[in-house]
Amino acid sequence: MQENFSGVGVAPGRVLGPVRQMPKPVQEPHANVNIPTDVTVESQAARVKDAAKAVQAELRSRAATAAREGKEVLEATALMAADPMLIKSAVKLLSPEAPGGARTAERAVWEAAATVAETLKGLGGYMAERVADVLDVRARIVAELRGLPAPGIPSSEGPFILAAEDLAPADTATLDPAKVIALITSGGGPQSHTAILARALGLPAVVAAPGVDDIADGTEVYVDGAAGTITTEPSEELRVAAKAWATQASTLAAFTGDNALADGYRVPLLANVGTGTDAVKAADAGAEGVGLLRTEFCFLDRDTEPTVEEQIAAYGAVFAAFPNKKVVVRTLDAGADKPLPFLTNADEPNPALGVRGYRTDLTSPGVLERQLHAIAAAEAEHEAEVWVMAPMISTAAEASRFAALCAEAGLKTPGVMVEVPSAALTAAAVLSEVSFASLGTNDLTQYAMAADRQLGPLATLNDPWQPAVLHLVKLTADGAATAAAATATAKPVGVCGEAAADPALAAVLIGLGVTTLSMSPRALSAVAAVLKTVTLARAQQLAALALAAPSAATSRSIVREHLPVLDDLGL
Amino acid sequence: MAERIATIASRVGLHARPAAVFTEAARGTGLDITIAAQDAPVADAVDASSILALMSLGIHHGDRVVLRAEGPDAEAALDALSRILETDHDA
Repeated sequence: MQENFSGVGVAPGRVLGPVRQMPKPVQEPHANVNIPTDVTVESQAARVKDAAKAVQAELRSRAATAAREGKEVLEATALMAADPMLIKSAVKLLSPEAPGGARTAERAVWEAAATVAETLKGLGGYMAERVADVLDVRARIVAELRGLPAPGIPSSEGPFILAAEDLAPADTATLDPAKVIALITSGGGPQSHTAILARALGLPAVVAAPGVDDIADGTEVYVDGAAGTITTEPSEELRVAAKAWATQASTLAAFTGDNALADGYRVPLLANVGTGTDAVKAADAGAEGVGLLRTEFCFLDRDTEPTVEEQIAAYGAVFAAFPNKKVVVRTLDAGADKPLPFLTNADEPNPALGVRGYRTDLTSPGVLERQLHAIAAAEAEHEAEVWVMAPMISTAAEASRFAALCAEAGLKTPGVMVEVPSAALTAAAVLSEVSFASLGTNDLTQYAMAADRQLGPLATLNDPWQPAVLHLVKLTADGAATAAAATATAKPVGVCGEAAADPALAAVLIGLGVTTLSMSPRALSAVAAVLKTVTLARAQQLAALALAAPSAATSRSIVREHLPVLDDLGL
Repeated sequence: MAERIATIASRVGLHARPAAVFTEAARGTGLDITIAAQDAPVADAVDASSILALMSLGIHHGDRVVLRAEGPDAEAALDALSRILETDHDA
């Protein structure tokens, strides 16, 4: 019988393929299990050792085929799997003489690894980050003991559609885009890691679709990443649609820069990048500059502040890819889901509302000044036109202080991220202090709707199509216009959140007064293809329709109805 | 008993990658080798072929550690292992 599932489409595309389920997380083995008298400690010890060796062999074989970065991590993890200390302490817990009595093999491994994890966590910094590896090894050994599939992305001969409850950032490292052709999850939201990963890889994806994590392995399904639907036993019509999309996707014109609307109005399309390598790829994809350089991505694996020389080299690598083009550098945005041990306190009760972004200057003074000097020094060595902005600015006073710090460092174009609603509401005052603003729609949505980005049940709230979010975008653009008139200087407003990568929403954002869009390089050609069919006047009409809609869903569907090109392109 | 004191050169301390290189080498010697912080009691020394034990010591860049081993080849083995610790694997 045909079954339909619906959720939130987060990356367009129509594909057909067999489902492979991500194994469920390994459950904690029960304590205090009575161990039958005919089970010997020796036989259990042998099971633990065999399971550990099997996991080690599996990790080693994966390491053999992994790329350099992943390889080293997998090799270290393989060593942890059959670690002599881990096995020795697990074996001790099998004995009836152990404090608390004998454990099952599964429970012994669980507790022994927990003790190691606790120790590493107590050491803090880099060692604490390795806790995830220890827990991953533990889950693998316990799954092996139970005869269950290993946790993590399943391996498969042919291409498949990956179904899961949600994906974790760690899964993204092992996802092979040559094998996985679409992502479907029962949890997660439009800004979840699954969604961000799907857009970065250009994989069709549907999130928050209840029930998809129960589809049997091997079931053939049709996924429409634009409509947000999943269908089993696809009809001939759907098969044709998938085939048509495959042809269109390969022929969607490559983006070549100089993006403009149908009436010739220029809307530069920029790229979001984290490293010099990203920047080179973005330049190859036709990006007209960088709208967001996430500097924290250069240093996420660090537990100490990078030196000024290291920073100059990292930023310079990005500037070098864009001579005479704009590169907007965002100062360290640590905190919440991107902790940096040298800046953030991991024990905040409410990290999204905590000391993050620009606010870390309150608790770690000096880091920001050194970063600004490093950016200025890197700028002097290259031809890129460097703009600098601070994340998580809430008030005009913060904007003013940031502008002063930039001036001291010799940086000419200071700006702010608008992601806290207070900055959008007071945009005229904020923009009077700085040269430009960039809307971070992911956080702006989460704060405007008071809905955590990562929570599946809140997916419908956490949608940049929410009219409340669009009003905040308009307030920011209007405030910038007021500030521009008052100071007689242009105050451009860009968008660098995931919203810019949605071609329909991109048209609305331009209509609301946004002047540049920055996105994952994968999205450039689709956004350009849609924008070139729309005039500025048309974009303004679409924006008015979206603002007036009573809900995010209506807003999206009304705008999409007025943009038939989306359907023609399968977007 | 042979003993060597070595200073950790890796900038981030004995984290996963340098620890992996070291424990593989320690295991490769076939000897029972222990490692401890320089000023720690001998009883706190841990098995140098255990990556988890090694990481649990929380050794940082610039810390001094003691390697100990018994046996005819112990001197040469400890020389080789000290060299690994005194190499910056983060460079």
